[in-house]
Amino acid sequence: MDAQTVAKVARLARIHLDDKDLPILQERLTGILKWVSMLDEVETTNVEPMFSVHLETSPVREDVVTSASMVNDILANAPEKELDMFVVPKMVG
Amino acid sequence: MTDFTTLSLTDLKNGYEKKDFTCREVVTSYLARMEATKALNAYVLETPDIALAAADRSDARIQKQEALSLDGIPVAVKDLFCTKDVPTTACSKMLEGYKPKYESTVTQKLWDAGAVMLGKTNMDEFAMGSTNMTSAFGPVINPVTLPGDARRFVPGGSSGGSAAAVAARAALMATGSDTGGSIRQPAAFCGIVGMKPTYGLCSRYGMVAFASSLDQAGPLTRTVADAALMLQITAGHDPKDATSLNRPVPDFVGELSAPLKGLRVGIPHEYQVEGLGADIVALWEKGRAWLVEQGATCVEVSLPHTKYALPAYYVLAPAEASSNLARYDGVRYGLRVEGATLDEMYENTRAEGFGDEVTRRVLMGTYVLSAGFYDAYYRKAQRVRRVISDEFRGVFENVDVILAPTTPTPSFAFGEEPKDPISMYMNDVLTVPANIAGLPAISVPAGLSKEGLPLGLQIIGPAFGDSVVLRAGLAVERAANFVFPQGE
Repeated sequence: MDAQTVAKVARLARIHLDDKDLPILQERLTGILKWVSMLDEVETTNVEPMFSVHLETSPVREDVVTSASMVNDILANAPEKELDMFVVPKMVG
Repeated sequence: MTDFTTLSLTDLKNGYEKKDFTCREVVTSYLARMEATKALNAYVLETPDIALAAADRSDARIQKQEALSLDGIPVAVKDLFCTKDVPTTACSKMLEGYKPKYESTVTQKLWDAGAVMLGKTNMDEFAMGSTNMTSAFGPVINPVTLPGDARRFVPGGSSGGSAAAVAARAALMATGSDTGGSIRQPAAFCGIVGMKPTYGLCSRYGMVAFASSLDQAGPLTRTVADAALMLQITAGHDPKDATSLNRPVPDFVGELSAPLKGLRVGIPHEYQVEGLGADIVALWEKGRAWLVEQGATCVEVSLPHTKYALPAYYVLAPAEASSNLARYDGVRYGLRVEGATLDEMYENTRAEGFGDEVTRRVLMGTYVLSAGFYDAYYRKAQRVRRVISDEFRGVFENVDVILAPTTPTPSFAFGEEPKDPISMYMNDVLTVPANIAGLPAISVPAGLSKEGLPLGLQIIGPAFGDSVVLRAGLAVERAANFVFPQGE
């Protein structure tokens, strides 16, 4: 993984990185990737990926409201709120 | 004042029933013990008011002869379980000051059974770590000390605070979560019992998510019987968790007394990993003999893909974590660091809120899920997961449980911990396979290293075999007759 890739992944993950942090992260992540590539030794042709240990399908339920009127609870921990809404920086000019 | 913290759960229940002492007296004793062991940093939040109020409610029920199964039992809660209106941080700066408006299912079940919350325990940030050193609130110190040795040791992680609290008698039992060994490894390091149940047995509702297909709540206790009781109360189907098992909960407590005779125990030679201490190998041998003496038969089994479990884990867990931790964006709860644009606000918040290990894993996870690498890493790891899981299933056609060490080494002193991530990850090499396959596994304190630090033996069972795991664990406990070494 080169420094450019680390920076790109950090952007995808929305984590700001200082340029000075790039080399050590590059070294660590490259080391981990190299190590996990030993998985290539395992023959997995015709093996289905396993996403969950006991479930082959997701359970479904009736589409009904189970709890409502929780606006205050939902907003209780908001860093910034107004008129029963979360407030974020301005997005459109 | 009498020190009630040395009494076992059974002694407490008998004492309450006979009115020898009250829940308030016992809880007061535990609060004093928490104060006396504060330097361990096992708790990130103490809740004495909540504890005493709960103790009084328990006393009232006991007076009326309406005692519940955990009335007056002091419990510590890993800070990853949401507790209504009580700060819950997963020991991350990201959640500092966060007060959930709801209660996790596991803790709700404990309170419904009369248990008393003493406080919230320290942990590795978002449960990512094996030493408790990634916590935003500082490391936890293992209560175990060595005679004539000033060094202090790590408690393991991620449930390091829970393990240290139970080992130091600053709680009778504690909740933990185990994604790759986070209950069993600290239990082994601190000389207590820790169990990861079958995946889905306890609801994940209200647990701060790390890797959802691997995360499992479980007990940290002084004895196997206590673990069985705690599991009995916290297990069960929960419609609020789609992956929660929808099947009847076995009678773990009742089945504990079934005879061991005829139990088939597998010894997997692949768990003889590089760096496994000679003292641990000797203890493993002893464990085998203990089980045979009690009527079990032992056979060699083979799990050739064991060594791929850890690298598969370090693709799957970061991938799931990167997705789960996307919720920390500074908008709805937790930390916010301002920025000129929405994206800048996200980036600044997450840079400030996440510690180094969490950042590394989120980046790793983002990478393996990104276009062009998804099949090579993520899909590949999911396929290997099935290979490992099928391999276990095959072995469990011939044996009832597997016996192995819990960790390749005992705890290590501060300053002597592995410095690079991969060596650190090796701590979990013997615990991760059970998570990959969703299997129940328990760590039981079974002996001491040549230096005198606690060592654990691990029993792994087939899916839904939690009862047999507990029963074999009890047999190890009985034979080991483990005495907690010197310590605080």
